[in-house]
Amino acid sequence: MTNSWTDIRNTDLVVIMGGNAAEAHPCGFKWVTEAKATRGAKLVVVDPRFTRSAAVADYYAPIRQGTDIAFLLGVINYCISNDKVQWEYVKAFTNATYVVKEGFTYQDGLFTGYDDEKRDYNRSTWDYEIGPDGFAVVDDTLQNPRCVWNLLKGHVAQYTPELVERITGTPKDKFLKVAAMIAECSSPTKTMTSMYALGWTQHSKGSQNIRSMAMLQLILGNIGVRGGGMNALRGHSNIQGLTDVGLMSNMIPGYLTLPTEREPDLNAYMSTRGFKPLRPNQMSYWQNYRKFFVSFQKAMWGASATAENNWAFENLPKLDVPAYDILRAFELMKQGKMNIYICQGFNPLQAFPNKAKLADALSKLKLLVVIDPLETETARFWENHGVYNPADPAKIQTEVIQLPTTCFAEDEGSLVNSGRWIQWHWPAGSPPGEAKTDVAIMAGLHLRLKELYRKEGGAFPDPILNLTWNYKDPHEPSPVELTKELNGYVIADVLDPNDPTKKVLEAGKQVATFGVLRDDGTTACGNWIYSGSFTEAGNMMARRDNSDPDDTGAYLKWSFAWPANRRILYNRASCDINGKPWDPSRKLLEWDGAKWTGYDVPDIAPTAKPQDVGPFIMNPEGVSRLFARGMMREGPFPVHYEPFESPVANLIAPKVRGNPVARVFKDDFAQFADVASKEFPYAATSYRLTEHFHYWTKNNHVNSVLQPEFFVEISEELAKEKSIQNAGWVRVWSKRGSVTAKAYVTKRIRPLMVDGKPVHIVGIPIHWGFVGAAKKGFPANVLTPFVGDANIETPEFKAFLVNIEPSTGPVA
Amino acid sequence: MFPPIPNPTTAPVAPKMGDADLIRRSASGAPSKVEFKEPVAKLIDVSKCIGCKACQAACLEWNELHEEIGTFNGSYTNPPDLTPASYTLMRFTEWVNPETDNLEWLIRKDGCMHCADPGCLKACPAPGAIVQYSNGIVDFDHAKCIGCGYCVKGCPFNIPRISQVDHKAYKCTLCSDRVAVGQGPACQKACPTQAIVFGTKTQMKEWAEGRIKDLKSRGYKNAGLYDPPGVGGTHVMYVLQHADKPSIYAGLPDNPRISPIVEAWKGVTKYVGLGVMGFAALAGALHYLVNGANKVTPEDEANAEKLTQGGRS
Amino acid sequence: MSAPYDVETGDAVHPGRPVQVDRYTVGARINHWITAISLILLAISGLALFHPSLYFLTGLFGGGQMTRTIHPWIGVVLFFSFAGMFLRFWKANLWKSEDGTWMRRIRDVIAGHEEKLPELGKYNAGQKLVFWGMSLLIMILIGSGLAIWNAYFANWTSIEQQRIALLVHAVAAVAIICVWIVHVYAAIWVKGTIGAMTRGQVTGGWAWRHHRKWFRELVSTSKTGRGSGTRGTPAE
Repeated sequence: MTNSWTDIRNTDLVVIMGGNAAEAHPCGFKWVTEAKATRGAKLVVVDPRFTRSAAVADYYAPIRQGTDIAFLLGVINYCISNDKVQWEYVKAFTNATYVVKEGFTYQDGLFTGYDDEKRDYNRSTWDYEIGPDGFAVVDDTLQNPRCVWNLLKGHVAQYTPELVERITGTPKDKFLKVAAMIAECSSPTKTMTSMYALGWTQHSKGSQNIRSMAMLQLILGNIGVRGGGMNALRGHSNIQGLTDVGLMSNMIPGYLTLPTEREPDLNAYMSTRGFKPLRPNQMSYWQNYRKFFVSFQKAMWGASATAENNWAFENLPKLDVPAYDILRAFELMKQGKMNIYICQGFNPLQAFPNKAKLADALSKLKLLVVIDPLETETARFWENHGVYNPADPAKIQTEVIQLPTTCFAEDEGSLVNSGRWIQWHWPAGSPPGEAKTDVAIMAGLHLRLKELYRKEGGAFPDPILNLTWNYKDPHEPSPVELTKELNGYVIADVLDPNDPTKKVLEAGKQVATFGVLRDDGTTACGNWIYSGSFTEAGNMMARRDNSDPDDTGAYLKWSFAWPANRRILYNRASCDINGKPWDPSRKLLEWDGAKWTGYDVPDIAPTAKPQDVGPFIMNPEGVSRLFARGMMREGPFPVHYEPFESPVANLIAPKVRGNPVARVFKDDFAQFADVASKEFPYAATSYRLTEHFHYWTKNNHVNSVLQPEFFVEISEELAKEKSIQNAGWVRVWSKRGSVTAKAYVTKRIRPLMVDGKPVHIVGIPIHWGFVGAAKKGFPANVLTPFVGDANIETPEFKAFLVNIEPSTGPVA
Repeated sequence: MFPPIPNPTTAPVAPKMGDADLIRRSASGAPSKVEFKEPVAKLIDVSKCIGCKACQAACLEWNELHEEIGTFNGSYTNPPDLTPASYTLMRFTEWVNPETDNLEWLIRKDGCMHCADPGCLKACPAPGAIVQYSNGIVDFDHAKCIGCGYCVKGCPFNIPRISQVDHKAYKCTLCSDRVAVGQGPACQKACPTQAIVFGTKTQMKEWAEGRIKDLKSRGYKNAGLYDPPGVGGTHVMYVLQHADKPSIYAGLPDNPRISPIVEAWKGVTKYVGLGVMGFAALAGALHYLVNGANKVTPEDEANAEKLTQGGRS
Repeated sequence: MSAPYDVETGDAVHPGRPVQVDRYTVGARINHWITAISLILLAISGLALFHPSLYFLTGLFGGGQMTRTIHPWIGVVLFFSFAGMFLRFWKANLWKSEDGTWMRRIRDVIAGHEEKLPELGKYNAGQKLVFWGMSLLIMILIGSGLAIWNAYFANWTSIEQQRIALLVHAVAAVAIICVWIVHVYAAIWVKGTIGAMTRGQVTGGWAWRHHRKWFRELVSTSKTGRGSGTRGTPAE
């Protein structure tokens, strides 16, 4: 989230698209009802299904799954055509005025530089024209035909309301109504918030779904303001924390990235991470990358990381592929190239696509370790559960070890919510049986490995042997010790260069902010963005003061929000070019002539002059990007691509199948249904229900009472066509598998007219499996395709093809 | 935001409700006059409800109820009906508004309405098994319940359920145990969107007015408060988007009142019945006193002997 | 009158001083007393749940829960027991011409002027009304009782039907209790009657006075009462 949950109450318009906040985030949804009740805010829901969010919406428009980009580019086109643009904002705070290099073009769904073989682009033309002064060329008059604004205008022009209807199935009048409601928020005193979740991410072009809305929000001037923003609703209580501390295969904490094998040394590594400003005066905050990186290395390897050994750069693995994402991991497993899998707090047999492939992959492992507080299907993948898990234990040689852990309510620590608040929690009960904390288990693994490396040596034992491990109890580092390390501390005194009698930093003290981190080895910091969370003043994450001066929704004294306790990112953009709030009634910051003051921690140097320094300090331009340069694999602008399994061909680029740069493994392509397949004529989507949390709560009696049994949702029209009775049994199958479920024949799903052809939607909740208290059932991933988003490999769970027929119940 | 009820202290708190606060007891004379405490009410704002069932879960957990894990029955309403272990239930209705042709998914939290004039209490034959507190809460005393199910017939909202295990009647208590120590009901505490708020009935009516105004501004011209006068008003009230048609909300009664049959049974029949029976007994006694016994005379015996000896007549 | 009028199985005359007349067999008497006890228990338990002032009567049955549990089961006993009596007695309770006369002279009945009444068969019109009234009311009570027997039949009827059943059950119960009062009172008032249901016999004088037609017929058809005992052969 750029903003926070509590800030949603400041909005005028909530757009829920690519998510179902009321269903999946009911507690956070309270701020939507607050905005509605106290500000008269409106709620718009755009979704293939009439969801629980739609039940309390002011306006609902249906959309075919996987066509959000067409819809959103249609809205951008509407705003541009109807002059519903926050012009001052767009000109000052976006790269609308930047001139793009000659050679960049777009045609028939593809940008310049596409390589069909590699399914990838040469992105060299996707950049600004650089002037003789070394800065990007801009045209403040927006006259240059190659400036971003004009390119964007041209790019979205084809997404007319008529085309949008033909692609998305959203009736034109409904689209126009939504577009008009959104366009109203181009006023500087009206804001819109975008709440989205897996409904946008779980597509082969998920990142571009989100980018489309981000662009729209920039055009409306809604980023950095109260009640605005791009608000990703995170799906697990600490999934934000997971990405923050770099639990992605290609990341290290604080959104720093692992080196690749083309970056064999620190200089090569830093050469692409220098981030020289692209415009005069800009902060380009990533210029501090080296400080964060060196401090991270010091936190990891302490005294053994020195200037001489390039801060132990050698200790970092070098990626030979873009990422060892989970899809790739299972592909490798299936090919027999991965032997041991440690599965911690994760149930991939349910949570990743194509269950049959996953089960096949798991059965090729030598060792599977499952670390979880609950029984999981993954740990039991080898057990035969009839139709629900037709495994043959006799043929599976994988050794499975289950290590029971504590759950969140049984241990102490921190959880990061969607709004980047790191909140401390305390145990409410004791762990059952032999359960140990995850930390104790990891420490145990580490200490044993270290002992083995110490005794037996190895090709490169340094990263393990030299790892800083100075905890009071080496077998179980405490959450306080770990979070203090994440915050960062001073290793050696740093003296004031002007007055050597004064210490700027004192050895042994916690750092107060990432602003003091250094690249000379005098500071250590596990995760620079968490600096300030556990300082000499104490545990900031444990703060529970809910005072909120002037009811801004900031709650600065409640827990700690990264970075720097900032509650709204890019908040300098809440003021105009002169530093005056766009909407005085929703003031966040203000330039008082000498410095920035206000309710939030400014997202800019406190004395940075508003006319000089742009608000988007993480970008070398200082402005936000309507044109993404080479940052996105599909292109600088989003394009409508169909899902890999689509009931219709791509209207605007019939030759393009799916996302042209999404990675698809060979065997998986063969398991996709054809475009407009007769064999699999129905557009399916999978989703969560409020009664359950993923595959956990089916272990809980109460949750199982509230939603006991697997079902699929279909329209009355499809039910009639197929002679399916409400609450009767049906069989649903895709090219990858078949499930049996009860049918829920509902008015909440309607067939959509897509380019003159009715498209029926089949909705499939994900929560059932073969362990737990609830009735045994099939998980949705029996059906889903093994393909992910081109940028971050989130699987395409939201759009695929199935067939359906009435059935008798499952024969277990 | 409606000001949340502060969390309780961990120190012991003297209950604020007890036997001294009863204004009605089933099958009993009126308790000695109590000073009427401020009536409380739970307000359920259907327009704010997202159907998350947190209230249902909170109710199960607070009341330590063990509901069975059922099956899918063709809607999100689970279990499909109130049970002795489910005091509250989200009822989902897919309703197409004939005026706008738009689908509306009406989600109503069903449960005891805590009528000011409780039909269950009126029907109950077991003294003190159903009580009404001066704050309006209607509560069942399971130690006194005999499981006859009369409350089921008395209730205009079809709420109480009789357990087939212990043969006692169960329904929402409005968390009288929590209210007694200054807390709100568990469902209200768990509701994430303040679709359920709790306070004095006056406060709730005022709060509802604000909500109705907001709904009217959004085009729900018939938005209103459901506080049916037929049962003297209720201590659980709804804000409805379509208050002119309560029955579209999964059969919420349009004009609930205690059934006239129940009124007759528990009213005139009870008194007239006793009277008639008493009269019959009395008439007999009187008749005996006035006329004396009807005795067989010696002549009768003689006639009989004569007949038996005399042969055929 | 040559055709048998309403002499029943086991009815017999034993000449002597006084004359003894067998009126009810052992079976009939056991049947009657099971029915009677059931009815009384039902009345008490029913009344306990009918009016709060009588709730204390539940104490006789072990409390409210037990009363609630046991009442319908007693009802079942009553139903079958009464069904037995019905099969025994229905024929003798068919309406006859003299019953109309009797009814018209009800003032004389109440005043005890039996000499002004026609000669009667085994049962007078009052007894027949009690019989048919009981029969009808028990049908109503069992029917309505099943509808409100929550433990087993809660889902067989709608709540609205159950409400009606409750009212009907209450009214019918009041009525049957009134009928019962009449029945018991008549037995007390008419001396010599109770023996019919205890010992099975009445005196000849009793039979002469109250059911002369039956007595005459009995005498004329059964000369060999002594010896045939209560298991007398049927009238021929």
